[in-house]
Amino acid sequence: MSQPYNHTKATLALAKASFRSITRSPSAVIFTLAFPLIFIIVFGFIGGGGMKLDVAVAPGSDLQNPVIAALEKTGVIRLTKNDTQENIDKNLEKGAYDALISVEKNPNGLPAYFTNVKYTSASLTNGNVLKSVLNDLTHQLNTVNQKPTVTEIRATTITGRLHRTIDFILPGQLGFSLLSTGVFGTAFIFFSLRQNLVIKRFFATPVRRSSIVLGEAIARIGFALLGALFIIIIGHFAFNFTLINGVVTVLNMLVLSTIGIIVFMGFGFVVSGLAKSESTIPPISNIITLPQFLLSGTFFSINAFPVWLQPISRALPLTYLNDAMRKVAFEGANLWDVKQQILIMLFWGIGIYAVAVKTFKWE
Amino acid sequence: MTNKRSIISVSNLVKHYGEFKAVQGLSFEVYENEIFGLLGPNGAGKTTTLEIIETLRDKTSGEVLVDGLNVDTDANAIKQIIGVQLQAAGYYPNLNLVELLDLFAGLYGVNVTPMEMLAKVNLQDKAKAKYKELSGGQKQRFSIATTLINSPKIVFLDEPTTGLDPQARRNLWDLISEIRNNGTTVVITTHYMDEAEQLCDRVAFVEAGKIIALDTPDQLIDNLIASGFERKKEVKAANLEDVFINLTGKEWRE
Ligand SMILES: Nc1ncnc2c1ncn2[C@@H]1O[C@H](COP(=O)(O)OP(=O)(O)OP(=O)(O)O)[C@@H](O)[C@H]1O
Ligand SMILES: [Mg+2]
Repeated sequence: MSQPYNHTKATLALAKASFRSITRSPSAVIFTLAFPLIFIIVFGFIGGGGMKLDVAVAPGSDLQNPVIAALEKTGVIRLTKNDTQENIDKNLEKGAYDALISVEKNPNGLPAYFTNVKYTSASLTNGNVLKSVLNDLTHQLNTVNQKPTVTEIRATTITGRLHRTIDFILPGQLGFSLLSTGVFGTAFIFFSLRQNLVIKRFFATPVRRSSIVLGEAIARIGFALLGALFIIIIGHFAFNFTLINGVVTVLNMLVLSTIGIIVFMGFGFVVSGLAKSESTIPPISNIITLPQFLLSGTFFSINAFPVWLQPISRALPLTYLNDAMRKVAFEGANLWDVKQQILIMLFWGIGIYAVAVKTFKWE
Repeated sequence: MTNKRSIISVSNLVKHYGEFKAVQGLSFEVYENEIFGLLGPNGAGKTTTLEIIETLRDKTSGEVLVDGLNVDTDANAIKQIIGVQLQAAGYYPNLNLVELLDLFAGLYGVNVTPMEMLAKVNLQDKAKAKYKELSGGQKQRFSIATTLINSPKIVFLDEPTTGLDPQARRNLWDLISEIRNNGTTVVITTHYMDEAEQLCDRVAFVEAGKIIALDTPDQLIDNLIASGFERKKEVKAANLEDVFINLTGKEWRE
């Protein structure tokens, strides 16, 4: 007993205990795995339809040309041909249109047409998808005609690919899984450890408070990441979820998941401190999770929401997690490319942990 | 007790909960390797006193030394040499007894074989059971097992036999005596006077936060008799508890 006390050992013992406990808790398994998988399976089978890009055709644009025809054939793009310039500008600003396109005949011969595209910063994600579709399409048109034209389109990392429903749904479900494990799981366990005097018994041992929190966090993050991996693998192999850069994409998604779960656990700590009884945990947690579930683009792109709702969506952390996930998985963005989303999540993290430190109760 | 080295020393201990004075100037010593009993009515301040010594509660004033360590400055060192059974405590949910003991081994930073710990309290059969699936007596025995993990110098048992059947109580007395015989000091609270008389080397009576008597059970009884006390009713050679024990045997009840 003369050897010095080992805090790491205590932390890991707690992590192990907590992990075992989580895997045996039906609610954790249901929220982390079952719910997301059910949605993924449902949407995976509905499949196909995918997202629509709203593109306005500029008034006065040439309409009878192979570019417009090809765009209509993709099935991904919804062209609006008879809108006024004023309306188009307004909707571009709001993100209701993802882009404005106009095709001009080249009076000087080749290339036969100039395609001008105006993207909007209000809808960068969809803009990027459109960009990749256009790249793909241009390439096809140019080769089909057997007259390679000088093109201004530069090679980008984005290549045209089919955007399936699963590509949209899976990151949303992953985000929701992380949100519910983080909030509900953390709130319940710390409330029950406190209420049932488990923590009091812990305090009779030399364990530090930080070890208790860290041990719990390690277990929950570990469980959430395994859940995420499971969801990604099922999605990929059963429903063709796009993982642009394979394993690298998966790793990036797991990094994002880690950031997400840590932020969401902060909410859980706050709830565990605010709850007066076990039965008040679900309603308080729902106040936090439900709006995010509905408004953060879990099922629909937030661009589909009424304009007045969009600022609320853009204030929620899950929106940025979902957004970053989709960029990473489908567009092949790396973590640096989604630094803005990560930064906003980190701000949320700092804010929520500042509140948690004030509201958290040990006994 | 021939060995009179004091291992716990409490002087002028005061604890207020807001306006309420739960402990009002307690002073006592616990000697090394004795079984020391804290007795007294509900709300007397026994649990409060124990939890202050265990470093789980802050005191209002006074001084408490545990094996020479001060509760104010050496709480962590104290926790490493004591084992604590709380009057009310829970255990981590969804884990079986072996896993719980593993957890506590980690929390205390020691290596133990869970099955050996369970054998000490005769719970090997329940190794794979969850804590909440145990009977009251089994729970108490398991709690005691967790207090022994770090081979403590002192164990604190707060009403370990409350709610147990007569032979479970007696078997627990054997276990507690055994712990003491292995060189550990035991501080115990109980509401059973027969238990205190049998088990404790010395007892302190606490009432309303003050010690009103402290001595060996024998001496306290002798003092009372010397003051002219007599039992109102002649006692029979046996009582109902003897009947119970006689009818149901002495084995551990599962
Ligand atoms: N956290 C607390 N806040 C306020 N008062 C408390 C608190 N804990 C205990 N008390 C009060 O202090 C007094 C002593 O309580 P304590 O638990 O020490 O009694 P006890 O001697 O262990 O009683 P019992 O035999 O019923 O276990 C009681 O009147 C109790 O109501
Ligand atoms: Mg008590």
